[in-house]
Amino acid sequence: MEMQEKAQILDAEGIRRALTRIAHEILERSKGTRQLVLIGIRRRGVPLAQRIAGIIREIEGTSVPLGVLDITLYRDDLSKLAYNPVIRKTDVPFSLNDKKVILVDDVIFTGRTVRAALDALMDLGRPQLVQLAVLVDRGHRELPIRPDFVGKNVPTSHREVIAVQMLEIDGKDQVVIMEPGE
Amino acid sequence: MNQFGHKDLLGLQELRPDEINLILDTAEPMKEVLGREIKKVPTLRGRVIVTLFYEASTRTRTSFELAAKYMGADTVSISVATSSVQKGESLGDTARTIEVMGADAIIIRHSATGAPHLLAKLLNARVINAGDGSHEHPTQALLDLFTIREKKGGIAGLKVAILGDVAHSRVARSNIWGLTKLGAEVRLVGPPTLIPPEIEQLGVSVFHDWRRGLKDVDVINVLRIQLERQQRGLFPSIREYTRLFGLDEDKLQAARPDVLVLHPGPVNRGVEISPGVQDGSHSAINEQVTNGVAVRMALLYLLLSGGEQSDLSA
Repeated sequence: MEMQEKAQILDAEGIRRALTRIAHEILERSKGTRQLVLIGIRRRGVPLAQRIAGIIREIEGTSVPLGVLDITLYRDDLSKLAYNPVIRKTDVPFSLNDKKVILVDDVIFTGRTVRAALDALMDLGRPQLVQLAVLVDRGHRELPIRPDFVGKNVPTSHREVIAVQMLEIDGKDQVVIMEPGE
Repeated sequence: MNQFGHKDLLGLQELRPDEINLILDTAEPMKEVLGREIKKVPTLRGRVIVTLFYEASTRTRTSFELAAKYMGADTVSISVATSSVQKGESLGDTARTIEVMGADAIIIRHSATGAPHLLAKLLNARVINAGDGSHEHPTQALLDLFTIREKKGGIAGLKVAILGDVAHSRVARSNIWGLTKLGAEVRLVGPPTLIPPEIEQLGVSVFHDWRRGLKDVDVINVLRIQLERQQRGLFPSIREYTRLFGLDEDKLQAARPDVLVLHPGPVNRGVEISPGVQDGSHSAINEQVTNGVAVRMALLYLLLSGGEQSDLSA
């Protein structure tokens, strides 16, 4: 079924403001950048994490380490999919032991991606704490998982899709809600 | 069907270039997993993988077993010497019994060409060829391709020499398929008795003089000289073979200055390759072993994840 755009939820400016607020909240809650690391979940969590890191650099004048997590090997639905998804590289070139890890993803929905990401993280080390930042929370959780930092809460129906588009990947910054066409 | 599009891996002859590249691309993130302190992912949890080897092997079998374990699968290895094969059980019956016990994949090495193909037709389980006679050894060629790609940045346009006993080598045959499909120029270098006639039809060139064969090559893949075949008079003496075709520092001078040297192992030290070259800066022989585990993890992922499995049993 063809999906069509229903409404724009955030434009480029809206995304920028949301990420700026999230960056401030992260710094406030962690009391600075000590032991702080950002880990973006592929794919669109990666540019989001890069941007949050950029805003933190502007505010605090220090760079926080940035990692990339591919969660494919930890998915719980691999045996249900008709094809196997392409695996890309996990790139966390620093130790996670005793770090404050902020996981970054574009949308939180069922919570299963975050569950997989937590398992993947624990295989890499033992962080002091893990928190979750997302651009959009669309509800419908299937696991006891909640985000710590949210750009925007968007009530959705199950049949709708939230499409986050990033300049680096899609050539444009915006978040739109899509629904099945007639 | 998964993107890989095959139930089994029987040889590189059957694969398209994009399928070979998919395996190599998937092996890259697997290599990252191998670099971790805890080398274990849960991807193939609950899957059972059996290695059934009718011929001797250390590295291939160990490599497959480690790959399966790192991916979270359970493994069982069957040694023919202590199995019911000794009581006269046929290959097909042995394999069917293993499948009934719940194997999702069977990795087979056999001295007969086509043994894996026979099992593939017989079984629902995935079948991986770990070497059949002198026909194919696809995972060895895949790890060679992966190592070349990693070191040289690509395969297309490279001049690759395969040096030594091509006639009896399944590694050579799989390499020829893989390399030519990915656009390399392949040269076979060795004495006439060890290079099969008419092999040029596979799109390779043949050299009996190392000076011409190794000139300006980017990669030299040195084959093991099968000492057990020396009695058949295919070459006069090991010493003479080493003088004429053993890769040493002198012969290396003919190749490009940044030449990459590979050997599938096990090495006859000082016979087909001098210790200086084997342990020297051009050699990637030890890395080949690591890359072999990564490539086999990628292959197990591509063959065993995805929903087709349950469709078959339904």
